[in-house]
Amino acid sequence: MQSRALEILVGFFVCLGVAAVFVLTFRVASLDTVGTGDSFSVTASFENIGGLKPGAAVTMAGVKIGRVRAITIDPVAFEAEVKIDIANSYNMIPEDSDAKILTAGLLGEQYIGISAGGAEKPLADGSKIKFTQSALVLENIIGQFLTSSASQGQQQPAAE
Amino acid sequence: MSAALTIIGDFLAGLGRAQFFLLKILGALPATLLRPRLVVHQVYSVGVLSLIIIVISGSFVGMVLGLQGYRTLVRFGAEDSLGVFVAMVIVRELGPVVTALLFAGRAGSALAAEIGLMKATDQLSAMEMMAVDPMRRVIAPRFLAGLISMPLLSGIFCVMAIGVAGGHAIGVELLGVDAGSYWSQIRASVAAEDLVQSFTKSAVFGFTISWVAVYQGYHAAPTSDGVSRATTSTVVVSSLAILALDLALTAFMFR
Amino acid sequence: MPPAPNDSDMLVRVRGLHFGHGTRKIYDGVDVDIPRGKVTAIMGPSGTGKTTLLRIIGGQWRPQQGTVEFDGVDVHKATQSKLYAMRKHMGLLFQNGGLLTDLSVFDNVAFPLREHAKLPEAMIRDLVLMKLEAVGLRGARDLFPEQLSGGMSRRVALARAIALEPDMVMYDEPFAGQDPISLGVLMRLIRSLNQSLGITSVVVSHDVDELLSIADHVYILGGGKVLDHGTPDSIRHSQSALVQQFLKGEPDGPIAFHYKARPYSEDLLGADR
Repeated sequence: MQSRALEILVGFFVCLGVAAVFVLTFRVASLDTVGTGDSFSVTASFENIGGLKPGAAVTMAGVKIGRVRAITIDPVAFEAEVKIDIANSYNMIPEDSDAKILTAGLLGEQYIGISAGGAEKPLADGSKIKFTQSALVLENIIGQFLTSSASQGQQQPAAE
Repeated sequence: MSAALTIIGDFLAGLGRAQFFLLKILGALPATLLRPRLVVHQVYSVGVLSLIIIVISGSFVGMVLGLQGYRTLVRFGAEDSLGVFVAMVIVRELGPVVTALLFAGRAGSALAAEIGLMKATDQLSAMEMMAVDPMRRVIAPRFLAGLISMPLLSGIFCVMAIGVAGGHAIGVELLGVDAGSYWSQIRASVAAEDLVQSFTKSAVFGFTISWVAVYQGYHAAPTSDGVSRATTSTVVVSSLAILALDLALTAFMFR
Repeated sequence: MPPAPNDSDMLVRVRGLHFGHGTRKIYDGVDVDIPRGKVTAIMGPSGTGKTTLLRIIGGQWRPQQGTVEFDGVDVHKATQSKLYAMRKHMGLLFQNGGLLTDLSVFDNVAFPLREHAKLPEAMIRDLVLMKLEAVGLRGARDLFPEQLSGGMSRRVALARAIALEPDMVMYDEPFAGQDPISLGVLMRLIRSLNQSLGITSVVVSHDVDELLSIADHVYILGGGKVLDHGTPDSIRHSQSALVQQFLKGEPDGPIAFHYKARPYSEDLLGADR
């Protein structure tokens, strides 16, 4: 009987370990949103992806619907071609939706936000998102800001 | 000069013996799989008995990371990312490595001492003379139990450190980080590959520790001095091996 | 594995045995025959490798030269599975018992039965109790090895060694460090197991009087050779000075009291100081 108690303890231990692995898989890693098999893949080209990385989130109205699978360079247009996996349950996104590269907070990671268009035909496996907006690159924004403020303030030279 | 050569020769011979010993273990494994009861009993002494130290250490490590991470992140107003910080550090590095170091100290040394004493008191010889192969009856079940227990313990360590009593307790309960952003940020940035990496590491570490421990025990000199030396070198050798392997695996899986 | 029928009445045949550790030679051509169903004693001064002989017969150690046959089969040419099958027919009683410390007395004796014979638990229980009864320790079945005295450990180990009903039991120094009572118990056990079950017994020891009183056949080893062998009576009247020194326990003789050294005076006066 003593050996039976021991075996029960071992069974409990194994359950605990397996439960821990499950918690890690479903609570810590975001496997629940996009599984490996049940998703379809679309592409989008961007002039500049900024700091976007494979694995980044793809959201629609703030809800996570997929992940960035891969990023390559289109050898003809020299644009970044981003491959996106979207969960099969979101198979009604209009074909003319547009994709923007956004930043979570000031220092956060970059992700792709999709806003719905008006077409009836939905995005399907292999489609391409035509309307895209590149990442905001901080240097470019500062550059724009400097030029515009320079043209505005020609009467009073900007204090250094 | 000749002393150095002897040391190098001994080292290489030990390494070679360890390889042959591994082959013998692997040869004995199929017979062991037919007797799961033996393995279950060893999982008890190797895994279940290590549970408490793993749970407690996991909590403390997670709490420390919570405090340290918060101090740094709050300066950038990024304390919502505390979860990411804790989860990444734990899942990728500290979970498998600290669990393995503790496992080597708690279970590896006990294995080596037990096998060494069985040898010193003629128990292994007695089994051989009763036509029972100690490789199958004693060594392989212990090896297998270490291999099974280590990834489970590492998973439990990670959960304790990130969630239950570690980073969550400090960050969310004590320092007031929003629970929603703690968890959602973790989920947004920890990928399946990170978990696979973590699991691979802990399995490799479990294999290494069990191998070192049963080898040291089985080849211990049959004296009290020999057994104590086997115990010490189990902890030393497997700890060094874990840290070196961690570097190799991290570099290998770095993307 | 029923061994090939062997018309010889020798169960074990050792021929031309050479064995050594490193540069130290332990055996330099030893022939030993162990007759079936008899008690054979192997005696000799400490350090002559009596235990080694048992381990070689059991196939745990390999000789450098020479052969060991058990029931007509060469022990050291057998495959691992054949060797293990052979070992089921021989038991070895270790000097300190070699009991498995994490098992109770009952489980220790049941160990070989559970490992080898696929018997129902009730039958194993009966067999174990029979063996324990034979060594007089049926009442100690629930004790653990650390709770036993040295003599009791040996008796449990003996019960375990005969659990599979072997053809031969080898006893390694069964009398070392025993008080007169447990010594008497062990001697009676060895004799009675031999007589009632017909188990061939090999006893290694240097307790001269005890051995000569229970053995049918005696071998005396020394200096890597067999010094003399024969019945206890013929050994008592051996011509060999070495044997006589050993039997009578004289401090000095062919085996010198002093370990090999250069002359005492030379050492003291320090030729190289």
